[in-house]
Amino acid sequence: MFGMEFYVDPSRCIGCQSCLKACEECDTHRGVSMINFDFLDRRETIATAAYVCWHCDNPTCAQVCPADAIKKYDDGIVGSSLKPRCIGCSNCVLACPFGIPKLVPEYEQMMKCDMCYDRTSVGKRPMCATVCPSQALAYVAPATIADTRREKPVNTFWFGNQKITTKVYMMAPADAGSIAIDVADYTWEGNHELVPQTF
Amino acid sequence: MSWFRKPSSAPLWREEFSVFTADERYVNRRQFTKFLTLTSFGMLVGNLWILGRSLLRRAPSYPRLTVAATGELAVGGVKTFTYPTAQDPCILVRTAGDTCVAYSQKCTHLSCAVYYEKAQNRLECPCHQGFFSIADGSVLQGPPQRALPRVVLERQGEQWVAVRMEGETT
Repeated sequence: MFGMEFYVDPSRCIGCQSCLKACEECDTHRGVSMINFDFLDRRETIATAAYVCWHCDNPTCAQVCPADAIKKYDDGIVGSSLKPRCIGCSNCVLACPFGIPKLVPEYEQMMKCDMCYDRTSVGKRPMCATVCPSQALAYVAPATIADTRREKPVNTFWFGNQKITTKVYMMAPADAGSIAIDVADYTWEGNHELVPQTF
Repeated sequence: MSWFRKPSSAPLWREEFSVFTADERYVNRRQFTKFLTLTSFGMLVGNLWILGRSLLRRAPSYPRLTVAATGELAVGGVKTFTYPTAQDPCILVRTAGDTCVAYSQKCTHLSCAVYYEKAQNRLECPCHQGFFSIADGSVLQGPPQRALPRVVLERQGEQWVAVRMEGETT
């Protein structure tokens, strides 16, 4: 679409949360941020990761939707749930291997990143990519990425036996042997347990 | 869109409600117009058939059937018989000294058998409380919309003879 692609590089994320604020201000979903923002391991590190929906080529969320509320458009964008159709069943929330869709209880509706469809469909950049100071979220031409980054863009992911190819690219280490990321390799296996929250 | 679906492993709803907007099967204008035209043509043929049938219909001929002797029933007495065929139950009521009326016994609502209610002097259908006038068979109350078909009687000497049906809707 207009020769631009989305690249996510968590190693560049500085945790400023500008993307969250920029996303929140959008008129199409005012007040609700569609950015998925994680503290990787708060006890050990201040590292953060901000990422958007990966817009899978064969989106699992849409495959499991019983109400036909999630559609993949001709230009490769997987839309947020269609308001008249979404029944708030959370099938997509449970099914998405990336954990992207979020059920918003106030609206009883799933809302997720649609890569600022109102902007990208007319050639503008998504809000998060325009504000990201370290360009951990970048919406640029593939040639620009090849010229300015050491990392290698990857859009093939393995979740066990499920292979997923996506529209959005993850920046992977340049010396990665395979072009595909097996997510199990990156699953946290520290020697301390996560501290359970008590309320 | 093809008229017939190729056999495939994916269920039909996967095709009709595809995840990909590009594969969604909308009814396009031409298909809709085809549907309208064919349906209209079908309705025209059906109407022509009905018209032809009504033009070719002959007046039905009724047999003469002796129903009862004049002195057989007391005033308010009832006799059931079948007319014009053995499958058409009818009811004969002697309403006054010298008059008798007869109607089809099948309620025009759902074909339950009507009976004569002497106290109210009317015909009643017990199934859904449909009431018919004894004078002309018209509906007094209840779900039936049409009057009871009437059996025209003729007095022939000392006998009541059924000669034809009136108000039959066939």
